[in-house]
Amino acid sequence: MGFVWFWIVAVMIAAYVVLDGFDLGVGILSAFLARAEDDRRTLIRSIGPVWDGNEVWLLAGGGTLYFAFPLLYASSFSGFYLPLMIVLWLLICRGASIELRMHTDHEVWRTFFDGLFFLSSALLAIFFGAALANVIRGVPLGADEYFFLPLWTNWRVGAQPGILDWYTVIGGVVALVALATHGALWLVLKAPGELEDRARRAASVLWIVLLLVTLISLPATIAVRPSALDNYRAHPILFLIPALVVAMLIGILSFTRQRKPLAAFLSSSLYLVFMLVGAAVGLYPTLLPSSTDPGRDITIAKALAGPHSLHVGIVWWSFGLALALIYFITSYRLFRGKVTAESGYGH
Amino acid sequence: MNALLLDRIHFAFTVTYHYLFPQLTMGLALLMVVMKLIALRTSDGRWNQAARFWARIFAINFLLGVVTGIPMEFQFGTNWSEFSRLTGGVIGQPLAMEGIFAFFLESTFLGLFLFGEKRLTRLQHLGAAAMVWVGSWISGFFIIVTDAWMQHPLAYHVLENGTYEVASFWKFMLNPWAWIQYAHNMCGAVVTASFVVAATGAFYLLEKRHEEFGRLFLRLGVIAGLISCVIQIFPTGDLHGRYVARYQPAAIAGMEGLFQTRKGAPIVLIGQPDERTQQIDNPLAVNDVLSFLIYGTTHAEVKGLDAFPPDQWPSALPLLYYSYHIMAGLGTWFLLLMAVAAVLLWRGKLYSTRWILWPILLSFPLPYIANTAGWMTTEIGRQPWLVYGLIRTSQGYSAHVSAGNALFTLLGFLGLYSVLSILWIVIVYRFILTGPATSADALPGPGTPTLTTA
Repeated sequence: MGFVWFWIVAVMIAAYVVLDGFDLGVGILSAFLARAEDDRRTLIRSIGPVWDGNEVWLLAGGGTLYFAFPLLYASSFSGFYLPLMIVLWLLICRGASIELRMHTDHEVWRTFFDGLFFLSSALLAIFFGAALANVIRGVPLGADEYFFLPLWTNWRVGAQPGILDWYTVIGGVVALVALATHGALWLVLKAPGELEDRARRAASVLWIVLLLVTLISLPATIAVRPSALDNYRAHPILFLIPALVVAMLIGILSFTRQRKPLAAFLSSSLYLVFMLVGAAVGLYPTLLPSSTDPGRDITIAKALAGPHSLHVGIVWWSFGLALALIYFITSYRLFRGKVTAESGYGH
Repeated sequence: MNALLLDRIHFAFTVTYHYLFPQLTMGLALLMVVMKLIALRTSDGRWNQAARFWARIFAINFLLGVVTGIPMEFQFGTNWSEFSRLTGGVIGQPLAMEGIFAFFLESTFLGLFLFGEKRLTRLQHLGAAAMVWVGSWISGFFIIVTDAWMQHPLAYHVLENGTYEVASFWKFMLNPWAWIQYAHNMCGAVVTASFVVAATGAFYLLEKRHEEFGRLFLRLGVIAGLISCVIQIFPTGDLHGRYVARYQPAAIAGMEGLFQTRKGAPIVLIGQPDERTQQIDNPLAVNDVLSFLIYGTTHAEVKGLDAFPPDQWPSALPLLYYSYHIMAGLGTWFLLLMAVAAVLLWRGKLYSTRWILWPILLSFPLPYIANTAGWMTTEIGRQPWLVYGLIRTSQGYSAHVSAGNALFTLLGFLGLYSVLSILWIVIVYRFILTGPATSADALPGPGTPTLTTA
């Protein structure tokens, strides 16, 4: 049961990263790719009907985490109090800027909301990357299974780290670059004309940076958490996952060059998935490692909810997720193809 | 100020602010389905335009509901971690289900409804509206089930590590408290939406602007308003009150300001509770009515606060008393107003009767206050318990998050939400001034194919 729920939560987080990832990426790129008002509207329209649904994966994933591993939810959410609250504020600013920009005709307000959209998207990407890196690095769990982390201490990875240290900053940068690339590939798929060309050029440049930071992040992870390799050593077949990460990176580049935008976008989606799966394999069966004493790690066994809830949960979760997939396929099919001028609403 | 108090204010403020939006969107979703249905049946294009107009207002309220709602789920973990650890096995379930069954449905079909009118047939577009409505009402249900378990816990057992788990999924979902509270709450959402729609209509008629739509809005708002105001009081409000009286007698004593246990208990209409002297100052009360309302006979004994040890009294007694009285008083006013308006509508005089249009216009904020007061009644009445009879509020908060950090984020939310409020008011007011018939889509006659405002 614990194994199943571990992977259910991991899949939901991966779905969130892949789906909200491209609209965060569009936000990051909006400051660089959009030159005229038309471009900006096209960017927003390319994510208009779907970004809100993408964000639901964060809520649904969070809810599922709460339900399956209450102790993990309680400990990590209160321990990461400050960064989570900042994430909430950023999500509020971002949602508001997307919606409110559509409803104003004034240059000043539009510029303001565009700036907010860019800034909140970029910071969210960095925070999400840093959050994952925090989980991999571990936190100073107390005997009562709680902890509290300040935003930063001395930027070193020690027994009493802050949310931000050199390792988690690398995590943030990887996420920023990966989601920007992902967003660029989405725009190649959705944007018409010159904007599409600009997005393709951006994707090529970002790809080189992404390759670099990915290659830096792998040894950094092993340096910070040597035990991340335990599962890999026990089952060498798992080394396929990092190999697939590299394969997907190559896929992004070659499909972009061959003008196969859908294949390139799917490669980048799978790149994100395999990065996350690789991290999850490194952690399993730990959910939140302790930076001080491995005996205090929050493991699946410690955090798992009662058996009855989980059995009932499997039933409704499978049913509910099947429904959600139908909605998503319907929606993405209906809005497939390039963005057109009159596909907005409001003004 | 200690961390516990700040965490309570934190949750109370963010949830109160959040609920300004869903109470409108849940009610408005139903009214938009009604508009789309009338448009489809009568082929009267004005109703499609009306639906499109309200969809714009719906969208911005929905968005604000979503972005202010995410902090609610997070706060269980951030500020109430011990409560989450203890009860995640119970209330984590409906919260996860809300995401999976309601939010996916709502967000997808709202996208189709707002962006897809051109790509869908008229029937499909009505279907999208209906799915948005269903999604928002499912969402409301899971939240109420969560709250109902905190009000009236059942179908649980305690595991070895002291945490709670659902013992019977169906008993938990069919908690009678939840269904009564759900009916009362959803009806309250329809009251809010009806008053907003009717007030917009009254505004157009008084302002002599978009008068054709003013009449449509007024008619729909008054009819839906009258129906929902009646159901709000009887049977849902009545049933809810009896349930609280049966399972939370200390809460009902606090709500009514009944300090002493007595037969033929009075209902206090107006008066100020004084905790020190344990009596109501300047009371205007009617004898026997409270006994009758709860037990159906005028001589029944109703337990006063003196029947309970002080550590089980609702901890913010005067606030509880006023919340309840404001809710009940406003509910009475809504019924009166809508009944008079409905009579005038029936006699064909509503649109030209200025003395009724003015109170309809001015009353639009009141359902927001009444719904908020109702929720305050139910949540303050639950105190000092977090889960009634099982976990005290003082046991549930995040002891590792210092008061300084809690105050920092509370101030952050206060600031951010102030800015959001201003933007929200400006934009919704502009939508209302612009009105349903914009230059981009001139009035289409009956039977004209639908157009999307680009």
